[in-house]
Amino acid sequence: MQAETLDRRGFLKVSALAGGGLMLSASLPLGGAMAKEAGAAAAMLNAYVAIAADGAVTITAKNPEIGQGIKTMLPMIIADELDVDWDQVKIEQALSNPAIYGAQFAGGSFATPMNWDPMRQMGAVARDMLVRAAAEGWGVPASECTTGSGKVRHQASGREIGYGAVAAKAATLKPADPATLKLKDPKDYKIIGKPTGGVDSPRIVKGQPIFGIDTVLPGMLHAIYETCPVFGGKFKSANLDAVMKQPGVTRAVAIRGGDVADGLVDGVAILGSNWWLVNKARETLKVEWDHGDNARHSTAGYAEQAAQLLAKPAAADVRRDGDPEAALKKAAKTVTARYEYPFLHHSTLEPQNCTALYKDGKMEIWAPSQTPQSGREIVSKALGIPQEAITIHMIRIGGGFGRRLMNDYMAQAAAIAKEMPGTPVKLLWSREDDTRHGFYRPGGWHEFRAGLDKKGRLTAFADHFVTFGKDGKPLTGANIGPTEFPAGLVSDLVIGQSMMASNLPTGFMRAPTSNAFAYVFQSFLDEVAEAAGKDLPTLILELLGEPRQLPGMEFPGRKMPGLHTGRARGVVERVVALSSWQGRPSAHTGRAKGFAFYFSHLGYFAEVVDVSVSPEGEVKPEKIWIVGDVGSQIINPSGAYNQVRGAAIDGLGQSLLGAAVTQADGRVEQSNFHDYPVPRIDIVPPIEVEFLKTDNPPTGLGEPALPPVIPALFNAVYAATGKRVRSLPFQPEMVATA
Amino acid sequence: MRYQVTINGKARKLDADPEMPLLWVLRDELGMPGTKYGCGAGLCGACTVHVDGVATRACQTPVGSIGKAKVTTIEAIGDTPVGAKVQQAWLDLDVMQCGYCQAGQIMSATALLAENPKPSDADIDAAMAGNICRCATYTRIRQAIRQAAGASAETHHAG
Repeated sequence: MQAETLDRRGFLKVSALAGGGLMLSASLPLGGAMAKEAGAAAAMLNAYVAIAADGAVTITAKNPEIGQGIKTMLPMIIADELDVDWDQVKIEQALSNPAIYGAQFAGGSFATPMNWDPMRQMGAVARDMLVRAAAEGWGVPASECTTGSGKVRHQASGREIGYGAVAAKAATLKPADPATLKLKDPKDYKIIGKPTGGVDSPRIVKGQPIFGIDTVLPGMLHAIYETCPVFGGKFKSANLDAVMKQPGVTRAVAIRGGDVADGLVDGVAILGSNWWLVNKARETLKVEWDHGDNARHSTAGYAEQAAQLLAKPAAADVRRDGDPEAALKKAAKTVTARYEYPFLHHSTLEPQNCTALYKDGKMEIWAPSQTPQSGREIVSKALGIPQEAITIHMIRIGGGFGRRLMNDYMAQAAAIAKEMPGTPVKLLWSREDDTRHGFYRPGGWHEFRAGLDKKGRLTAFADHFVTFGKDGKPLTGANIGPTEFPAGLVSDLVIGQSMMASNLPTGFMRAPTSNAFAYVFQSFLDEVAEAAGKDLPTLILELLGEPRQLPGMEFPGRKMPGLHTGRARGVVERVVALSSWQGRPSAHTGRAKGFAFYFSHLGYFAEVVDVSVSPEGEVKPEKIWIVGDVGSQIINPSGAYNQVRGAAIDGLGQSLLGAAVTQADGRVEQSNFHDYPVPRIDIVPPIEVEFLKTDNPPTGLGEPALPPVIPALFNAVYAATGKRVRSLPFQPEMVATA
Repeated sequence: MRYQVTINGKARKLDADPEMPLLWVLRDELGMPGTKYGCGAGLCGACTVHVDGVATRACQTPVGSIGKAKVTTIEAIGDTPVGAKVQQAWLDLDVMQCGYCQAGQIMSATALLAENPKPSDADIDAAMAGNICRCATYTRIRQAIRQAAGASAETHHAG
C-alpha cells in the first residue's frame, strides 16, 4: 500500500469557498449546537452570535482547537466588532458543519487570513442589528447611535440600552450586507491586540475533562486497534478466542479496511472495561499478516536509491529559468554540496484517539481532528453511512502539528463502534501505536550547485531534489514548489526532482516542506555567501533587490501570494540590528551566531541563533532573536508570542536531538520518547521576539516561525566550529573539534 | 483484588489487578481523567501525581504498591496553597497552548515549590526536564514557576 497523495488542496477545497467570506453570509442558518447551548431565551443574531435577555453574549468558535489558540482568537475578533466587553462573552465550540460555518480546519496557518474579514463582519452585522433595533425603539436614526461595552447609546437624548434588552427584536431584523458596513478603525480596538488568555485554560489547570481522550459516555467501552506493523499489510487471521478470555475483555474483532492509509485499514479491535486491560490483552494477540511486498522498504534502501538517483540527471524539472548549466560553466566560482534529512514524526502528546457511538443507522463521533469534515467523508466512504447521518463533535486537541489532518483513527473508532451498535466506544492508541503509525514528514536529499561571478554575485543555482512519490506524483508533503527561495531571484536556475517509492504514509508536519527546505536551502546559501566573501544576510539582501511582489502559486480557488521582497528585507534588516549581528566571524571559536530567513504560510521570518559548541560537539543554544512580519495586526499578542517561541523550540528539537524515524523490513523502528526525542525545558534559551507591523492583512502564526530556526542554528554551529552539518539526524560527533 | 486507596483526601474502594497502574485506576476506574496518558513509560510526565507529596509518574505506579500513601491529583492540587498559586501563575502568564501536558507540569512545579520555595533557574530545569510540553511552552513554564515562587516574572504576559 502506498500512502494516498492527498495534496493540500484536498482539504482546501471547502476552505477556498470561505476565503472571500461569501460562505459566511449573515443570513445563513444558525448553528444547532449554539442554539441549544445558548438556550431558548437567547436571541440568535447570526450563526456566531447569541445574546440572552440578561445581556450574556455567546460566541461560537468555528475551528478545531489544537493549541494554536483559535478558540480564543476568532471569537475575540467577533467580540470587538460586536462592541462587547470580553468578560461578558462565553465561548461555545461549533459542531462540524460546513453548510453553516464554511471551512473548519486547523492547518496551513490559514485560519487568520481566511477569517479576519468574515469574523469582523459577523460581529459588525450583529452590532448593526442591535443598533437598528434600539434606534427603532427610540424613534431616532440609527446613524445617531453609538455602541460600547454591550450597550447602544443615543448621545443626543442621553439614552442607553443594554444589548440584552434589544436582542430579541434585533434578531427579527434583516441582516445588512456585510460589505455595506463600516468596520472599526484599528485604533478603536478594545479586544483585538490585547493579550488574552486561553478560554479553556481555567478548566485545564484544574484537570477538568476537556480533551478527546477525556470523553466518557454512559456504558462506554475502551478499545485498542492493532494494525499491521508493516504499512500496507493485510489481515489474514488472529487468535481472537484466546484474546476474548483475557481479564476485562468484552470483545475482540477483526475489521477489514481498504488500501488507503488515511482511511480504514485492516486491524483487530479489542474492547473492554478499562484501557489498560485491553492493551494488556493485546500481549496475547497473535495476528498473521500478509505483508505483500511492503517489507522490502528500509531506510538503508532509500539512501542507496537516493545515491543512485543523484548520480543521474533529475527525472523532471519543477522550474527552469534561463540556462543554468551554461551559467554554471561560465561561473568564476562554483559551490556544490549534498544535504539530506530523515523522516520525522509529529508526536502529539495526546495520542490519537476518538470516541464513537453507532445507533439506529446514525454515527455520532467525538473527534480530536484538525479536519473533521474530511473525517466525515472518510467514515462515510469506509462504512457506507451517509454523511448526513454522521455527527461530529470537535473536541479540544492535545497537539496537532498536522498529524490530525489525517483521520485514520476516526475511521477506526467508527468502524469499531459499528460492530457494537448502541455501545459507545473510545479508541485510544498507545504511544507505541502513535509513533509507529504516523503520517511522517518525508525524508529527502538535495544536490546543490551554485555559480558566482567575479564580483561574488550568485548567477546560477541548481537543486536536484530526491523525494518520494508514486505514479509520477510526490507523496503528501514530499513535493517542492516552483517558488522555493531563491527561485525568481536568480536568472539561471533549475529545481529538478527525482522520486522513489516508499510504503510509509507521509503527511504534512508543522510548516510542511518548509521545515526541510529552509534547512537545506538556507544552509547551502550560507555556504554560497561564504564562497562569495560575505555573510548570509548580505547575500539575501542582494538577491532581494528592490521591493516588489514575486509571483505566487496557484491553488484551486485560492491564489497563494508569492514573496514580497520588501517585506523580506524588512525582517532581515531588523533581526540583524536586534541581534547586534557582526557578520561572519574571522575564526571558529566555539561560540557564534547564525542567521536564516524564510517565507512560508504568508509569514516573513528572519532569525538569529547564538550557540556555543563544546569540543565534543555538544551544541547549546544560548539565545535566539526572531523578527516576524505577519501583517498589520497581532490579534492576540499572548498567543502570538507563545506560538512563535513554541515553533522555534520545536525547530531546535528537530535539529539538535537526533530525532529520526527509521524503517527496517517495512516497519518503523522507533516506539516512544526514549528513541524519538522531543524538546524538553533544558534546551530552551532566551528567545526575543519582535513583530514588524506592516500595512498588510494579518496572517497566521502556527508555522512560519519554525523553518528558519533550523538553518540559523546550523549556520551558527558552522561559524562556531568550521563544521557544516549537511546531514540530519544531527550527532555531536559531526561537529566535534577535540 | 480489592483495595482502599486515599485519593485527594478521600478513601476510594476499588477492585483491580494489583499491577494496574494508578493512571488507569484514576482514568478508567474512578472517573478522574485530569491525569493524562502520554507515554506509559515514565518518559513524558503527563501523568504526574503526588504520592505523599512526591511527584510520581502514575503510569509507572502499580495500584498494588500504594498502600496507605496519600495520592493527590490535578483535580485537588488547587486545595493546597502552593498548588493554587501555581495554577494562578499558569493563568496569569497564559502558559498553555494545547494544554494537554499542563496538568503534569503543574503537579511537577507544585512538588518543586513545596520542597524548594525559591528554586534557581537550574533547579527549575532539573525538576521540570521530565515533563514534555510538545507545544514547547517552556519559556512561560519557567516564568510561571518564578512568579509562583514570588519572584517577578521576567517579561510581561505578552512577552
